[in-house]
Amino acid sequence: MIFTSLFETAWHALTTHRMRSFLTMLGMVIGVAAVILMLAIGQGAQAMVRGAIESMGSNLFIIMSGATTTGGARVAGGTAPTLTFDDAAAIRELPDILASAPVSPGSAQLIYGGVNWNTSVYGTTPDYAVVRDWAVDSGGFFSEADVRSGARVAVIGAVVARELFGDEDPIGRIIRIRQAPFEVIGVLAAKGQSLDGRDQDDTVMVPISSAQQKIFSGSLRNRARFIMARAVSEKSMDAAESAINELLRSRHHVGVGQDDDFTVRNLTAIAETAASTTRIMSLLLGAIAAISLVVGGIGIMNIMLVSVTERTREIGIRMAIGARRRDVLWQFLIEALTLSLIGCGIGLVLGIGGAWGVGSLTGLPVAVTSASVLMAVGVSFLIGVFFGFYPARSAAGLDPIEALRSQ
Amino acid sequence: MTHPGKPLIEVVNLEKDYPAGAGVLQALRGVSLSIAEGEFVAIMGASGSGKSTFMNLLGCLDRPTRGSYHLDGQDVSRLSSDQLAALRNREIGFVFQGFNLLPKLSALDNVALPLMYAGTGREARRRQAQAVLERVGLGERSHHTPLQLSGGQQQRVAIARALVTHPRIIFADEPTGNLDSETSRQVMDFFSQLNREEGITLVLVTHEADIAAYARRRIRFQDGRVVEDVAQAEVAA
Repeated sequence: MIFTSLFETAWHALTTHRMRSFLTMLGMVIGVAAVILMLAIGQGAQAMVRGAIESMGSNLFIIMSGATTTGGARVAGGTAPTLTFDDAAAIRELPDILASAPVSPGSAQLIYGGVNWNTSVYGTTPDYAVVRDWAVDSGGFFSEADVRSGARVAVIGAVVARELFGDEDPIGRIIRIRQAPFEVIGVLAAKGQSLDGRDQDDTVMVPISSAQQKIFSGSLRNRARFIMARAVSEKSMDAAESAINELLRSRHHVGVGQDDDFTVRNLTAIAETAASTTRIMSLLLGAIAAISLVVGGIGIMNIMLVSVTERTREIGIRMAIGARRRDVLWQFLIEALTLSLIGCGIGLVLGIGGAWGVGSLTGLPVAVTSASVLMAVGVSFLIGVFFGFYPARSAAGLDPIEALRSQ
Repeated sequence: MTHPGKPLIEVVNLEKDYPAGAGVLQALRGVSLSIAEGEFVAIMGASGSGKSTFMNLLGCLDRPTRGSYHLDGQDVSRLSSDQLAALRNREIGFVFQGFNLLPKLSALDNVALPLMYAGTGREARRRQAQAVLERVGLGERSHHTPLQLSGGQQQRVAIARALVTHPRIIFADEPTGNLDSETSRQVMDFFSQLNREEGITLVLVTHEADIAAYARRRIRFQDGRVVEDVAQAEVAA
């Protein structure tokens, strides 16, 4: 039997009951559109998290002042800075550590010419650029000598450069940070959003000594709110973490049984948790959407069973004039397949359109991948075969005489 | 009794049982006869006499419980359901009382349907179906659906469908049962003509004596057995 004839027969049968075919397909349409849309949103969220993690730098620790828990109660971390610049320098000397930078953060008003811009200011050392794997687009980063001398130099983020200077070249210009004049010596490469959604390029970095003298004059000298450190490799993370703990406990004279006055956090592990949470979330979204696809398949089976019952006489006639059982089986199977694949096609269009709409409305980097499209088509095909087979087999198994006798 | 050619149908001790409640219903209780190529046979009998069961067996729609059935020398009871379907497709044509056309298809598509199962290409199907429709006088109506045709026209479409694969034998089950007497006469004349001019073997099931009179041999069933098998003079058309 020729397959084009089978498709013609299927098409004819489906167009005879347009409304019914459309409603049957609707289940598949919604299922496929939901799968495509949910996968696209999941992919988008994952891409966003991946980008944020990449921009964070790798093998990162953050060491904060203050214990995470005191006597079982959680207190705000970093309230009383206990970490010193020397702690940072000592951590840097550990064999598993590549770089370590004390950070004194805050926010301040920047002024250049007639332009005001409120931004976050980081007082730190040149190691910070190594820790965060942060390149400089133009100019350069400040040096250890700048930190020692308390030089009034600043490296500005891409957003600050745009807001304050526009098209002008910022290098060599003098900006005021809380009234204190600083010379711009470099512009940082753009990094985009961080995991917590902040714009990392909206920032200014200055030597930590200058920050404490000129900008955050209330802060304790030689004390850092936190220290960021980078291990030499992913494998040395665990060794580095215990080495930092041991070093700081001895430097801060924390006795056995006493609470630490600092907290070491493995940022890379936290980031990975965020990434796997996102992955699980997108899997969950996809799974829920897949359920609607299965429900759509059951709808097809239901209608095909009704159709076989209604067309018993037709089946008998076809058998009497020479249709073999497998011809009847194929006829109904192809009808189910046509329903599911056309439904899939419409669902794809709606899903891709919907993903585009969500993307342009929310700014989420939604991504319809060819893999998810192929998967949707493949699953629809399987659903057509799976849910079409039972009704088709019951049609093919009919006794021709009984079928002919039915009304 | 003289038969015009070699036996096309040969049944020996044919029996058919149907399960009925706890026991069995013996629809056929040992039928032996042969029908030669080119014969025109009327099978008669009251309802429940076993004539329809016999027709279904001869038409390869069903298999006998016991006994043998040879169609053109081939033992049909040993064939698979696919082989039976192929026989029905190529060697046998059916004409039913209720016409049994597919209501959503045009006359042309209805007639072309057996050719689809024979594996004929689309264009050849349409060409051959149109030719047969012209032979039954419905060439102009090939695009009408059955509901747009009269009963007589529908039965002619059904006859065209039976003829389109050039079968050697046509089984007609009460073909005039739903037709008025004038249309009945036309249909029976057409059958006679097919038998006379093309040598197609015709087996006609009917309970009306005047329809049975068109045949040249009359077989009467009663309680699952043949009680009469006689030759009769042909009715002048």
